[in-house]
Amino acid sequence: MATATVERVLGKSIKRREDPRFITGRGTYVDDVKLPGATYAAFVRSPHAHARIRKIDTTAARTHPGVVAVFTGSDMTGVNSLPCGWDLRKAKNIPGVVQDLAMVPHMPLTADAARHVGDPVAVVIAESHEAAVDAAEKVKVDWEVLKAITSTDRAAAAASPQLHAGAPGNVAFKWEIGDAAATDAAFRNAAVTVKKRIVNQRLVANAMEPRACAARYDEANGELTLWVTSQNPHVHRLLMCAFVLGIPEHKVRVIAPDVGGGFGSKVFLYNEEVVCSWAARALKRPVRWTASRREAYVTDAHGRDHVTDAELALDRDGKMLGLRVKTTANLGAYLSTFAPAIPTFLYGTLLNGVYAIGAIHCQVTGVFSNTTAVDAYRGAGRPEAAYVLERMVEAGARAIGMDTAELRRRNFIPRFSGAFQTLVAVAYDSGDYAGAFDKLLQIFDYRKFRAEQDAARKEGRLLGVGFSAYIEACSIAPSKLVGALGAGAGLYESGKVRVHPTGMVTVYTGSHSHGQGHETTFAQLVADELGIPIEQVEIVHGDTGQIPFGMGTYGSRSASVGGTAILMSLNKIKEKGKKIAAHLMEASPGDIEYANGQFQVRGAPGKAVPFGAVSLTAYVPHNFPEGLEPGLEETSFYDPSNFCFPFGAHACVVEVDRDTGRVTILRYVAVDDVGNVMNPMIVDGMVHGGIAQGVGQALCEGAVYDEASGQLMTGTMMDYALPKADMLPMYETDRTVTPTPVNPLGVKGAGETGTIAATPAVVNAVVDALAPLGIDHIETMPLSAERVWSAIQNAKR
Amino acid sequence: MKLPVKTTINGQTHSHEVEPRLLLVHYIRETVGLTGTHVGCDTSQCGACTILMDGQAVKACTLFAVQADGATITTIEGLAKNGELHPIQMGFWEKHGLQCGFCTPGMIMTACQMLERYPNPTEEQIRHQLEGNLCRCTGYHNIVKAIQWAAEQMAAGKK
Repeated sequence: MATATVERVLGKSIKRREDPRFITGRGTYVDDVKLPGATYAAFVRSPHAHARIRKIDTTAARTHPGVVAVFTGSDMTGVNSLPCGWDLRKAKNIPGVVQDLAMVPHMPLTADAARHVGDPVAVVIAESHEAAVDAAEKVKVDWEVLKAITSTDRAAAAASPQLHAGAPGNVAFKWEIGDAAATDAAFRNAAVTVKKRIVNQRLVANAMEPRACAARYDEANGELTLWVTSQNPHVHRLLMCAFVLGIPEHKVRVIAPDVGGGFGSKVFLYNEEVVCSWAARALKRPVRWTASRREAYVTDAHGRDHVTDAELALDRDGKMLGLRVKTTANLGAYLSTFAPAIPTFLYGTLLNGVYAIGAIHCQVTGVFSNTTAVDAYRGAGRPEAAYVLERMVEAGARAIGMDTAELRRRNFIPRFSGAFQTLVAVAYDSGDYAGAFDKLLQIFDYRKFRAEQDAARKEGRLLGVGFSAYIEACSIAPSKLVGALGAGAGLYESGKVRVHPTGMVTVYTGSHSHGQGHETTFAQLVADELGIPIEQVEIVHGDTGQIPFGMGTYGSRSASVGGTAILMSLNKIKEKGKKIAAHLMEASPGDIEYANGQFQVRGAPGKAVPFGAVSLTAYVPHNFPEGLEPGLEETSFYDPSNFCFPFGAHACVVEVDRDTGRVTILRYVAVDDVGNVMNPMIVDGMVHGGIAQGVGQALCEGAVYDEASGQLMTGTMMDYALPKADMLPMYETDRTVTPTPVNPLGVKGAGETGTIAATPAVVNAVVDALAPLGIDHIETMPLSAERVWSAIQNAKR
Repeated sequence: MKLPVKTTINGQTHSHEVEPRLLLVHYIRETVGLTGTHVGCDTSQCGACTILMDGQAVKACTLFAVQADGATITTIEGLAKNGELHPIQMGFWEKHGLQCGFCTPGMIMTACQMLERYPNPTEEQIRHQLEGNLCRCTGYHNIVKAIQWAAEQMAAGKK
């Protein structure tokens, strides 16, 4: 009864199974969901960065044709603050950490004061979108305009206006990690020290699909369904039900259907989702809202926004003796869902990088300002850490006159597997940092480039190369560990495998795909493990009504944490299947092995039962093992034992036009190590996209506030410069493969590597190009033509 | 006040009375009910709403619906013929030219006109022609490859 072996698909670049619906316009994003009888919400937002609300007059809006209701903050009685899910005060047993955090309230509709441009103060709900928007303009708010502070640097200064009564001096928290005394000693003993101010500017995620939600309340059974642009529907549901609205969680279904990109910005619980859900219950009508891009710019959580003073101590041979980092992180007006974790446990803990550094000390001050809240944006803390380190490595190499590649090679942590304890709490899983870097140098042909660069410089051309050797922490994360760091949640993942009587398989994952391709990669895993054609496998995600409680997708965790949960369920399926097959073949379960889609008796070729027959028997259990439950369905929750730590090395070549300051990327080479790879095409695609975002930060992106008025000057796609096709090259990508010992799949995570690596590589390249002019540092990104031109002009003086 | 609009979209005629301020993209999405055309911005930068109107690739957010009166329009839903994907659609699938899929309809419609203008485009031409379409996922690498692949297929098909 032998079955034909099904071709293995895991690890292969098979085409994506979700694509046919997207390329034919048949995806279903939140704004595509049609709800009969729907009403439309329009939010009244503060035009001021900081203003007290004296009075809100909604009379004219209420009588506008088509208006169903108008609500202000004072109407939303019994509704609580949006929660912050990471309380640094609960961080325990981490040496050196200062426990402190100002948990300030963040009401869905602010009733006392607006603290950033775009802060919502009222909502109009009408029969049409147009009526809602028109009526929203008729809501009259009597504002007492206050002085605003947007500057990261000066937010905590004594003269700055105060945002929250509960946060004196606008300080949200002070936090530190590492060994201050050992670091001081390292600096005393150093041959060379370098100090730089490094500004990691504020970014906007800019997922192409704006945030949206649609809430429907079914009075007959008391159930609320919320369609929302979410990377983690269960997290949305839990936070909204348990913390904000106080409604029964089991009566709420959150659906995140096709979601058009997230990059972190769709992790968090936002005001609008809560208000629409609340209003749908209050009005007993569906309520929907889709952000305009303008609204997205002032309300989607922003990313980065650090000002850092960094110092590096070296000996004469270029050995890194000590790193001292002082960072001010701008958190915006309120604490977003995971905001306190980003500039602390996802930043300070990564400052060891890929280098064996003698001593590290890092202090972070989180500050409030009259700006949009800042939270995780692709990479989240890790790009900031990599940027500081890789800029300092370059500065150090220039200070002692050593080649930057050579300085890196002298400091790499030697190859290891199992654990490398860093000086900043985390222990790496496996790594071969020199291996990736050497492969990069080889592909790039470093010596040849330096010869070309010399020749170009003689002609007066400004050619430069920049490297970055990075590490990142993903596969987020062991629940016990993050709990000890202050997380309000566990960070396991769920995976349920349902085998149908016909042998078809549906997999329910707590991970969420908003571009990552889970419907393909997870199906590859399932098909290979069960030895069945991939066509028999369906992946379901994004619906709390179908999937077991799951934590969602961010921090490059889906393959490693979500994939492992699925694998665990597959193993349980096989174990149960062995019992059924053994019974059918009158053999002992211990003698059964599963291979090529069939259960067979070990050592007795030909004595086998195919997967489909066992599936059918499980549901038609006439001839069935005594005491065994019918059915073939298993659920698992996987909680990782550690983070995984992907790494790699990137190189970028740029040419700077000395007359205009314009930077052109001539070449980009990436060598990444993300552990085992489930679908190389998909991993490469994520690396490409990550590089583009990293290049964007380096060369063109940046959220800019006018300091006097607190207005967001880059509040449209006309003003915020996203990278376009014509400013990017074809990327050369390659890999080394160092599987992680943390999970059985050996996968680490690939979603953020490009973003982390690219920014320092590009900036280092520009600085290298400008070196003949005596420029060794540019404090602030993006390196726009204007900024580079200014640097060139200043250098001439 | 409402004004009449008559269009032919993907071969089907539609007649509606609409507000003069209604944008063509909202007409297509809300009134006609074809949601494959997306809205990613409100300043005509992102190109997610690109459609073919009388053979020209246009951003449906830059036109009022009433301006399309009498026009023949193709949206992403109308590109595949008799269940067979257009070579550009196949190119995006083949070369992994999409991730989240939100910009994809606009990218594909833009590529339609691009390959009409430049049947054998250089990489530089493709990148320049994509100036009005933003993608946040792919870094454009595989979009360029997808369009190159489609150009080759279409050229081979014409021989």
